[in-house]
Amino acid sequence: MASSSHKRITKELQECMSDPPSGMAVTLPSESDLRSWAVTLLGPPGTVYEGGTFQVTVNLPEDYPFKAPQVRFATRLYHPNVTNDSLGNICLPQLKSENWKPAGRVRAVLEALRQLLVEPNPDDPLEARIADEYRNNRAEFEKNAKGYVVRYAMK
Amino acid sequence: MDSDEDFVSTISSDEDVMQDDTDNDDLSGAEGDFDVFDDEPDDDPAILSHKSDKKESIAYDVSYRVYTPADIQRQQDEMVDEVNMILEMKKEDAAIMLRHFRWNKERLIEDYMDKPKAVLEAAGLGPSAETPPKLEVIPGFCCDICCEDDDDLLTFAMKCGHRYCVNCYRQYLHQKIREEGEAARIQCPAQGCHRIMDARSLDLLVTPELVERYRELLNRTYVEDKDILKWCPAPDCENAVECAVKKKDLDKVVPTVACGCGHRFCFGCILNDHQPAPCELVKRWLKKCADDSETANWISANTKECPKCNSTIEKNGGCNHMTCRKCKHEFCWMCMGLWSEHGTSWYNCNRFEEKSGTEARDAQARSRISLERYLHYYNRYANHEQSARLDKDIYQKTEKKMVQLQTASGMSWIEVQYLNTASQTLQTCRQTLKWTYAFAFYLARNNTTEIFEDNQKDLEMAVEALSEMFEKPIAELSDSKLKVDIMDKTAYCNKRRIIMLDDTADNLANGHWQFNVDFTDAGASAAAGSGSARR
Repeated sequence: MASSSHKRITKELQECMSDPPSGMAVTLPSESDLRSWAVTLLGPPGTVYEGGTFQVTVNLPEDYPFKAPQVRFATRLYHPNVTNDSLGNICLPQLKSENWKPAGRVRAVLEALRQLLVEPNPDDPLEARIADEYRNNRAEFEKNAKGYVVRYAMK
Repeated sequence: MDSDEDFVSTISSDEDVMQDDTDNDDLSGAEGDFDVFDDEPDDDPAILSHKSDKKESIAYDVSYRVYTPADIQRQQDEMVDEVNMILEMKKEDAAIMLRHFRWNKERLIEDYMDKPKAVLEAAGLGPSAETPPKLEVIPGFCCDICCEDDDDLLTFAMKCGHRYCVNCYRQYLHQKIREEGEAARIQCPAQGCHRIMDARSLDLLVTPELVERYRELLNRTYVEDKDILKWCPAPDCENAVECAVKKKDLDKVVPTVACGCGHRFCFGCILNDHQPAPCELVKRWLKKCADDSETANWISANTKECPKCNSTIEKNGGCNHMTCRKCKHEFCWMCMGLWSEHGTSWYNCNRFEEKSGTEARDAQARSRISLERYLHYYNRYANHEQSARLDKDIYQKTEKKMVQLQTASGMSWIEVQYLNTASQTLQTCRQTLKWTYAFAFYLARNNTTEIFEDNQKDLEMAVEALSEMFEKPIAELSDSKLKVDIMDKTAYCNKRRIIMLDDTADNLANGHWQFNVDFTDAGASAAAGSGSARR
């Protein structure tokens, strides 16, 4: 099985590196480990995250693609669906074990992640307080989110 | 010495074997007194109404039925056959449909008659060609999951046409079945395709080492999807129990069932037998005991915080002139104001605070009474619980005693069984007594409570008396008069327990109890399926 997943991972990685999803760059921090990817995600234009550069880590578990990849923000950001801590856990439906399908692709996950920055999903929050703020006090949310961008995501 | 011990241990191991043989008999014998226990769960599983008509019904007795894994399998097969005949669909499809409809056969048939296509689609059986599923080698195929493209690659696709290699399918199924415990609703591996893998495709793909686990999981959905079926919660027990008591009736009845393995549990909440207290009260009581809310009550009743540094202060003297030990702040216990302002005008404080002062005193007194009331019931509850925890101990002691007694008195094994019966009666009665105290805590006094308390007292006295006899040394136990006494007392305890439970259940069913908490509403809303926070 390991060899088959190797083939698949190599293929996916090549595709993602040569033709990355828009606003992203995919690199491999260590050539010897095909399962740890580093993704640089630019804050989508027109959103509160614009101007920020976010580091995202993708880890492909041993059983990949039969188990979902683990995707986290390494850069802190202020978002209803991302834990407001140094772990950067993300709530993305595709990544839940009951929704992940082996035919799913990392590329699709990354695209969904970028879409999450464009369109947060306050109905399924990881940070209930931020979700409330997003719903009821958008101005305050935008101020805080931009503040985080300046503090953590600007080089 | 050594040889002595050997001798005894040989006997006791012999005894163990015999004990095991008769254990079940004893148990069902004991149960037979009050719980109608079906010792032939195999017969006629199709008949869903039960056996309790053979006894005049007792108020606290609910009818139920125990099913073994084989029974469960047979029931499923029968249902599948029925749908197969009525709707003229293949058995595999019928099984998928039934699982999709959570084994609600009537709804399935109705919906299917109404709009067959939509129902098939929803169940993952979309427009189906007649060809049976098969593995194929497709030249030039590249598997989208593993990216292999060998020419001899075996592939498989369901009717949805999403084709992957057999290896990937198998690993996918392994993941779902072995690790996620999924069986009835495994979807096509394609992202976004919700087609359910049907039984024939699975039979083709599931590897032999997974078949058993797969069948087990399918069986589980049958029990888990049906509200009237529940697994026996005892460790290693594979039986399921059927009971028709509805969730919304749990404020009227405490549906206690006994599995074939001997475990007695509440069908409503799966906790151990908690008669006579209804599930919602049990839940509240356990929470109350767990979160120690009364400690907080005590603190609020007996302490105040220093207005300056917020240290908690317990008033231990009579004078209202308080000096905080920590910050030396001086204040009046009554009005919490600065003491310096009271030096000449104490009377003013008294008059100004007169009303709120007495209110505060009343509040504190009420809190104190409530605590004492709680402790009264809790101590008795905990006492019986502790005894229940020693059940195993008692049981083992009994076994030992019976062996000793045989040796000491020359009584036969059969003749010392009364001790075993007594021990089991003690355990069951203590379990009941324990919950009568939790029940009583929530009971508002009216004219039925007095009878309840009398019943409780009678049962408790009988149990303590039996317990005392039971603890007597061997020399006295071999006295035949004591044996008769113990047997009489055992029978009496059982009788008192039945009277107690019968009376409580009867009043519960007829709404004669008044509770000092409103648990029926909470029960109703929980039954309505909200399950959301009650706070």
